[in-house]
Amino acid sequence: MSILTVKNLTKQFGGLVANSNIDMDVEKGSITAVIGPNGAGKTTFFNMVTGVYQPTSGDILLNGESIVGLKPHQVTRKGIARTFQNIRLFGAITVLENVMVGMHTHLHGGLFSTIFNLPHVRKEEKEARKEAYRLLEYVGLESLFNEEAQNLPYGAQRKLEIARALATQPKVLLLDEPAAGMNPKETSELTKLIYNMREELDLTIILIEHDMKLVMEISEHIVVLDHGEKIAEGTPDEIRNNQKVIEAYLGKGAAATAS
Amino acid sequence: MIEQVLHTLPQVLIDGLALGAVYAIVALGYTMVYGILELINFAHGEIFMTGAFVGTAILLTFSGLGWITSMPAIITLVLVLIVTSVLTGLLGMGIERVAYRPLRNAPKLITLITAIGISFLLQDLVRFITELKNGNYILTGPNLFNKQIGIEASSILSVFNDASVKSSFFIVLGVAIVMMITLDFFVNRTKWGMAMRAVAQDRETAALMTVNVNKVIALTFFIGSALGGATGVLFAVQYGTIDPYIGFILGLKAFTAAVLGGIGNIRGAMFGGILIGLLEMFAAANLPIVSHGVLGAEYKDVFAFAILIIVLIFKPEGLFGKVTVEKV
Repeated sequence: MSILTVKNLTKQFGGLVANSNIDMDVEKGSITAVIGPNGAGKTTFFNMVTGVYQPTSGDILLNGESIVGLKPHQVTRKGIARTFQNIRLFGAITVLENVMVGMHTHLHGGLFSTIFNLPHVRKEEKEARKEAYRLLEYVGLESLFNEEAQNLPYGAQRKLEIARALATQPKVLLLDEPAAGMNPKETSELTKLIYNMREELDLTIILIEHDMKLVMEISEHIVVLDHGEKIAEGTPDEIRNNQKVIEAYLGKGAAATAS
Repeated sequence: MIEQVLHTLPQVLIDGLALGAVYAIVALGYTMVYGILELINFAHGEIFMTGAFVGTAILLTFSGLGWITSMPAIITLVLVLIVTSVLTGLLGMGIERVAYRPLRNAPKLITLITAIGISFLLQDLVRFITELKNGNYILTGPNLFNKQIGIEASSILSVFNDASVKSSFFIVLGVAIVMMITLDFFVNRTKWGMAMRAVAQDRETAALMTVNVNKVIALTFFIGSALGGATGVLFAVQYGTIDPYIGFILGLKAFTAAVLGGIGNIRGAMFGGILIGLLEMFAAANLPIVSHGVLGAEYKDVFAFAILIIVLIFKPEGLFGKVTVEKV
């Protein structure tokens, strides 16, 4: 059963076509990778799925329901969370609070009861703190909970972005280059984390990644974009031997020599 | 000379604290909006002024109905504070919705000029309504707390002169402190406060974390304006006479306080406000003494702003601000 369906998705910025007629079906519970050379339109694609950009045309369905036209916070409430290529944490607040921001929608204290600090709100805030701490434990950052996020090492910041995204209780998690800038040890930890999340948290994961070792190891389905168009999709093995993909990455000449 | 300065010190401290508390709360409104939108909301001084007029109008209505004498003054004040702050809060929210939100992605300068425009609009609107109803745009409210309390400071140190306080001083200070503590708690400990800080740091990312950015910004304007309006009431109660132009210079000084404390920093704004209030009163009392009458008390503003300039030369980020280092 597909949880996310994308139909004829197109995004134009003036004369530039960033995404053109992309179709995609993402199986529930799968790990899908979106790959392609720089400038292929991968992040634009993520931005449309999360409501940051409105598509020029086409449709995005989450569990059969269109999410085109929704604002980013509404899309996230429907169950799509993401991390960012260039880390975008709230740098000046603590690690724990970063995760708690992600819980915003799941705390039910309305404005009125928050202002008057009614007991049920206080109880809920306390629960939220515990839950946030549990999420930090899950990604292995619990010892840093009281640090300001900007003081964290790079790899830890990437993990914190994942914890914060998990706090929104997503059904689909979009990871934009989660392994960028990580050393091999961190990358293998991350690989394990992505697997575990899928297994334990009942998540569907879509990732953009340039680390081909990670992509081939982890994903069941790969979609390849080039110049805003989908040029191939399939299993890792199919993609590895796809002529068009090799051309896109290495150029026609190289592809000819390779075969 | 030092002796003369010390003579007046107790009175200076008392007056400075009352004025400083007013600056501090108005500064909060500037700093909150700046923190979240990077907009200097020049209309905020006028919200304060509108609050003072709305509060005074309610008080005058009450006294027309004869309620002032029959109700305990403190209950009257609390009632007026609540009604006024809700009204000015809604006013601030409305201004954001109508004038600032459509310009959210416009260059900062355009929003700034809009804010200045709104500020003139409010001044003239209040002036018009007041003149229509009252025949004169200068308004004097009923005196709620006018008991003079003597403080025998001379019994602490013989060099001090005795000071005197209007009983409204304690009310102003008390209400101001309650408002500041509540706000601090709200911003630091609740989910809406956390959402506010998240939006201040990165609006887009906050939206992707399920935070409704428009709601949070509207809320920020509501709280800032409600506090500003309530402070207007306190100002009217403490100083008696108001006109539609009190918001301008007071707003400017409150903004100075916000910059002094580090703009965007809530505790910094509180501290900056108190500091400017104290400095101003200190200068008003002592400039004539120190300069042997060359500089009169009216130079107090110059003094306050000179301090600001000196602080900013050595600490451009403000007293509590953080140095921002651009990572490359």
